[in-house]
Formats: sequence, structure tokens, C-alpha cells
Amino acid sequence: MTDASDSVMIANQKEKVRESLRKRLRSERRFRAYGVVAISFAVLMLVFLIGTIISNGYSAFSQTWLKVDVTLEKDLIAPDGRTDPKTLRENGDFRASLIESLVAKFKSRGREEERLLMAMFSTSAEQTLQEHVIRNPNEIGGTVSIWVRASSDIDQLYKGRINRDLPQTSRTVKDIQLRWYDLMAAERRIDSRFNKGFFYSGDSREPEQAGFWGAIVGSFFTMLVTLILAFPVGVATAVYLEEFAPKNRFTDLIEVNINNLAAVPSIVFGLLGLAVFLNFFELPRSAPLVGGMVLALMTLPTIIISGRAALKAVPPSVREAALGLGASRVQVVTHHVLPLAMPGILTGTIIGMAQALGETAPLLMIGMVAFIVDIPGGPTDASTVIPVQIYLWADSPERGFVEKTSGGIMVLLIFLVTMNASAVYLRKKFERRW
Amino acid sequence: MSYGLILAVLLVLTVIGFYMGRSRARAVNASGLTRLHSLPSYYGAHVAIWIALPAFVLFLFWISFQNVIIDGIVWNGLPDRVVVLGEERTKSSVSAEQKQLLINNITNYATGDITIGAISDFVRRGAAHYQRLQELSTLIMVAVMAMLIAIGLLLTYRSISPSMRARNQVERVVLLLLMVASTIALLTTVGIVLSLLFEAFQFFAKISPIDFLFGLKWSPQTAIRSDQVGASGAFGAIPVFTGTMLITIIAMIVAVPVGLFAAIYLSEYASRRVRAAIKPVLEVLAGIPTVVYGFFAALTIAPVIRDAGNAIGLTVASESALAAGLIMGIMIIPFVSSLSDDVINAVPQSLRDGSLGLGATRSETIRQVILPAALPGIVGAVLLAVSRAIGETMIVVMAAGLSAKLTVNPLDAVTTVTVQIVTNLTGDPEFDSPKTLSAFALGLMLFLVTLCLNVIALRVVQKYREKYD
Repeated sequence: MTDASDSVMIANQKEKVRESLRKRLRSERRFRAYGVVAISFAVLMLVFLIGTIISNGYSAFSQTWLKVDVTLEKDLIAPDGRTDPKTLRENGDFRASLIESLVAKFKSRGREEERLLMAMFSTSAEQTLQEHVIRNPNEIGGTVSIWVRASSDIDQLYKGRINRDLPQTSRTVKDIQLRWYDLMAAERRIDSRFNKGFFYSGDSREPEQAGFWGAIVGSFFTMLVTLILAFPVGVATAVYLEEFAPKNRFTDLIEVNINNLAAVPSIVFGLLGLAVFLNFFELPRSAPLVGGMVLALMTLPTIIISGRAALKAVPPSVREAALGLGASRVQVVTHHVLPLAMPGILTGTIIGMAQALGETAPLLMIGMVAFIVDIPGGPTDASTVIPVQIYLWADSPERGFVEKTSGGIMVLLIFLVTMNASAVYLRKKFERRW
Repeated sequence: MSYGLILAVLLVLTVIGFYMGRSRARAVNASGLTRLHSLPSYYGAHVAIWIALPAFVLFLFWISFQNVIIDGIVWNGLPDRVVVLGEERTKSSVSAEQKQLLINNITNYATGDITIGAISDFVRRGAAHYQRLQELSTLIMVAVMAMLIAIGLLLTYRSISPSMRARNQVERVVLLLLMVASTIALLTTVGIVLSLLFEAFQFFAKISPIDFLFGLKWSPQTAIRSDQVGASGAFGAIPVFTGTMLITIIAMIVAVPVGLFAAIYLSEYASRRVRAAIKPVLEVLAGIPTVVYGFFAALTIAPVIRDAGNAIGLTVASESALAAGLIMGIMIIPFVSSLSDDVINAVPQSLRDGSLGLGATRSETIRQVILPAALPGIVGAVLLAVSRAIGETMIVVMAAGLSAKLTVNPLDAVTTVTVQIVTNLTGDPEFDSPKTLSAFALGLMLFLVTLCLNVIALRVVQKYREKYD
């Protein structure tokens, strides 16, 4: 072979290597791009989700009010002349006065128009009027000018969620209502206020009157029961398994069982609650007590697993030192190990509670889906909880409930973020590296 | 007397007992003859335990079982002829479920809850009987509790002496309590298995298991009267199972590649800063309640998919399996990614170094060294994710359909096991109809399948960990 052909071969080889290197680097870049795409997809979805919720839900915190002038005719409100609160509540026909005044003002003709007119105001309007008159009985006979809640449709219109350009048949607010609405707008009779009712009233069939407070209180009681049951039992189990349990078949079984329990679908816990707590022990349906018990069983594995991890992180030297100074094994745990592991255990507990707070499915099984208006007064009253209320609203067909649902989700997410942030803070603050 | 008050009194008595015991122990110490074996507070704790524990255990048992007993007595006290669902019958001819219905009506009447149907005279008398018994029962319970407290106090208080090893006694009880607590998790599993089996057996007594497991038609809506059309529902669960599988597969198609690539990128490529920024984002995705995903799927994603499908000429159901599966996949991404992240990080650094040292690029190292080494762990992670997807409820309840259609077309509406459990159990007063019981049969299937997946997955992950530890 000649030198020339050698050098050609080497050059060929080099070219080949270079070519394959280029290919390999291209595939390297491609592979890397897949990773970036995957992460961007997840992040974008999160942003999209949160964005949808916020853009739908922020308006749930404001509410449209309308100012109406009502002539308080004696004949309708106090026909027998008595104006004490009780008689007014029983005999006063506030709805009729409202209708009369509104019909006179907007000059509606016929029953259909009257119905459309009244549909612009919340059914709570007459109640607002009633309360006003009871507070100021001396105004009977005169004309009062009061603010009342707008109906959900008008509320949506004010918030710009109803498209005026659609043909009349495919929108909930009719042309004549639009005319009246514009009239009121021109007279500055429309105002948007902070929706206090959302935070102090219970559920309602009318979107503009539906509040979240009942669900918040229900969740509070449920979480209270869950915490009272799951925390002591969870910590006790973790302590026993980590510090005292002999290594035998039985404790192995408990360990395997706890790991499996953590992965059992939540709805199965609901079936357990239904069959055992409701049907066998005959505990009340829809009660936070039962909900709390079911969620406690569900949260238990989380608390146990994190508790064991926290206990394991305490170095053996602490135990040996305490034992060496004459402490008993129980004293070692209660005086030294447990206090040192407590921040870790609490972090796990908060995370478990946050999961329980967002859990819906098992509570559907034990009847917490009922429509409940009253604010629950204790753990045995029928109630609903935050996520179930969200589910109920999400199932309601009215347009106004979409914003309520999203608003409720925002409240729930704020609770969850607060809980998780405090868990992170706790971990950061008390984390010790041994 | 309300149970809350009883417990509050018990708590106060316990605290008082503690202080009594402690001060007595201090007095013995102060007398100066001999020192006590343990610290005074252990004697206090000893007294407190024997006040609180027996009474509390009694209380728990009593309120757990009194209803069953009272119901029995009330039933026996009813007249021989009773009216059930508008028909008059003799007591012996009433079936178990009708008996339950009747008793529920009586107890609901007694506690002022909603009752069904007309209230006849015997219901009213039964309710009065029930109330009397309830009061009597509470009274007896309080009396027995008081007795137990007195005995406990007397015995432990008088036993305070230098030779009494209070600390050992207290510690023994503490250990016992810890042990009892650790069995609760076990009891939960036993409770789940027993309750599912019990109700499922009742279901299988009415519908043969063969029909259930291999039947092709599912329509659990049974008519109320036997002479109506469709009086017996169809309980062939195959369409429900295929629906579940379809949605699970769609979810996995989304979650596994995205989650896996996210994990690979984060553990092999990302800088520390990127990692610190992205990991919490994924954790947020994991922390969002499923009801929120369900709402998002139903409100936003399903219409988008339907409109997009219609635009290119496909017929898409408004509750398509695709929408539910897609969102479920997004929900599971963080689950897959964090598990695979752990698994990938557990692969020893020496394998990476070896491969890189031989001139492999990073992606070649990942594909040909790390992934094969991590494969068992990743399989375990995927199995856990599948079990998660099968058991997921709210997303499918809100975004998937109700009617069981035997199809594998992702654009159709299908139903799942969890959806059927929820719809068959919510808002239904009767308990022994096949429709309600079918939920427990489905629940049993769900539990068994997820349990198998979990056991296998945990085993695989464990084996894998041991390999590199």
C-alpha cells in the first residue's frame, strides 16, 4: 500500500467519525429538548389551570348591587297599622311593594314583562327591604331608596360575562332587560361591592346568594376530628414501630400493611365509612364526625410514614446518652427523641391534613353531598366541606355558579398553599443536620 | 346528657386525679421516712390512667354497640302487625332490609330527622320507646363509668407507697397504648376487606359472579316495582372495566413520557437553580385537589377537545374519555416524575462516570446505562401510577360519562369503576338493592386490583433499592 492511499483512508475515517459525532450530538440535543418540552408542558398546564381558575373566579368576590326606590305603602306593609318587627315580618307584603314600585318606575307592561323585570333582582331583595323597614319603621308611607342584590344574570352582565351581541334567544338576559339595565346604569344605580355574603352565608340555589362559609365551617370541624384522631394514633404507631417494636413477623405485617394502605384509592375508605360507621355503628349521615373519622384513617399512613422518617433521623447517640444517664426507654422517647423529631412529625401531619382537606371522593360516600343551607354548629350536624361544595357548584347548570366554583377553588387553594408553606417553613426553621 | 359533656367531665376528673396522686406522693416523700420508688408525677399519672382508661374504653364500647341493642329491643317491643311501605304485614314476614327501613324511620322520628312515608301510630310509640331506652342506656353508662372511676381512684390512690413501682406501671400502660395504636392501621385494612367482602357477597347472592365479571351490558338502574320495564338491571361489568382501562391508558400515555423525561432532565441535565425552581412547580401540580382537576377538565378541556374534533369533522362526545384521561395524566405527571427521580438518583455515580469516561454522550449514558439500570424502579413507579389512575375518582366523576358503552374510541364517553361506585351510592336511601350493592362489588374489584399493583410495585422498588444500597 502506498502512503497516499493510507492518508485517504485516514481522512475517510476522520470524516466518518466526525459525521457520526455530529449525529450523536444532534441526538444529544434532541434528547435534551425532549426533557425541556416535558417540563414546559407540565409548567404550562399548571399556569393554564391556575390562570383559568383565577380568570373565572376573581369576580366571585365582587357582587353587583342595584339601587331601587320603593314606595312603602301602608296598605301593603302594615295593613293593621302595627309596625313592630314581628308583625312586619308576618304581615308585611314587601314583595308586592317592590313589584309595584319597580313596575311604576320601569313602566313594564303585562305579566311577562313584570316577570322579566323582577328576574333582574335577587330574590333576597325583598328580604333586604324588609330588614331596612324593620330598622326604620318611621319610613313607612314614604319612599326609600335602598341597594339590593342584582340577580345572578345581571351580575354576570355587569361583570362582562354575557355577550350582548348574541341573538336574544341564546342569552339569558333579554333585550328589554338590557334596556332597563342601561337605564339604571345611566342613572348610576348600579354598583359593584365586595361579596361579603360569600364569606358569611351558607349554600343556596340562587348563585348570587350562595356562600362558602357553611363549607368552610364544615371543613373546619372535619379537619378537627381528623387531627384529634389521626395525630395521636399516627405518632403512637410511628413511635412504637420505630422505637419499641421487636423485629418479628407481626411488625413486618404492620409495616407492609401501612405502605399498602397509603396507596389504597381514597374512595375505598369512603366505602369502609359507609359500611362500618354509617350502617353498622349507625353514626349520623353527612356529619363532619364521620367524615373526619374516614379522613383520619386515610391520613394515618401519611403521618406514620413521615413520623417514622423523622424519628429515624434522630441520631442513636442521643438515645444512648439518655439511656446511659439512667433514663428508661419510655423516658428516652418522651423526653428526648420525640421532642427532637417533633418538627418533622408536624411537617408530615400538616401535609397529610392538606391532602385530607382537598379530598372529596370518600366524603361523597358518607352522604356529605347533601344540599345544606345552615351553617353547621358542631361535628354531628349535617354539613358539607370545601371540596364537596366545589363539586356541588361545579355540577350546577347556572352560569353564575361557574364563577362561584372558581372562587371556591381559589379559597381552597389559598388554604392549601398556606398549610404547605407553613410545613416548608417548619422544616426549614427546625431542620437539624446531625 | 350529651357525650361531649360526659367526656369533658371525665377529662376534668382525670386531671384532678393526677394532682391528687402527685400531692399524696409528695406528702409521702415529705414524711421523710423512706423515699418513693418513682417521681411523684408518675404516681399522679398512675392514678389518672386508672381513672380515665377503663371509663373511656367502656364509653367507646357502649356508644358503639348500644344502638344495635336498642334497635333490637325496640323491634321486639313493636306490635305484631306493622306497616312497611304502605303494606300491613306480620312482623315475622318482614325482610331484613324492610326491618332496617322501619327501624331507621323510627329512630329518625325520635331524633327529629326526616322520615319517609306516613307516620303511623306504632312508629310514634316505637320512637317514644326508643327515646326512653336511649336515656336509660346513657344513665346506666354514666353510672357504670362513675363506678369504674371510683374503683380506679380508690385502688391507685391507696396503693401509693414506697414499694409501689409507679413508673414501671405507667410505662407498661404507655407501651400497651402504643401497641394498640399500631394495630389500628391493620384493623383498617381488615375493616376494608371485611366490609367489601360482606356487601359484595350479598351482591353476588343476587347476581352471579360470572355475569358480573364477563357480562357485556351494564345498566344498574333497576325499576322500583317489579312489573315495570327493565325491572332487573344488567350487571355485566366488562364495559365499566374497559372504560376504566381506556382512561387509564390515555392518562399513562400523557404521564409516563412527560414525567419520565421531566425526571431525566431534572436529575441529569438541570442546573441546581433550575432544579430548585422546577421541583416546587411539580409539587404544586401534585398538591392540587382532584376536584379542581375535575372542574378544569369538565369546564375547559372537554369543550376545547370537542370543538377541535368537530372542526376537523370528528364526532366527539362532550364527556369524552380523552378529556378525562388527559387531565388525569397531568395529575399523575408529578407522581411519575418524583418516583422516577428517586430511582434515577439511586443509580450509582460510578456507572455514569464509567460510561462518560468511555466517550458516550450524556443521552447515550442515560439511554444505555442509567435507564436499563433504573428500569425495575421505573416499572414500579409506573405500576403505582396505574394504580393511582384506576382509583382516581373526582376527575372521572366530573369529566367522564355515566352510561357504560363498550368501546375503545377515546372520543366516546365511557364510564369507570369509580364513577359507577359514586353514582350508585349517592342519594339513594335503599341499601339492599343490587344497584347499591354493585358499588361494593366494584369497590372490591378496585381494591383487589390496586392492592395487587401496589404489592408488586412496592416489591419491585424494594428489590431495586437493595440492589444499589
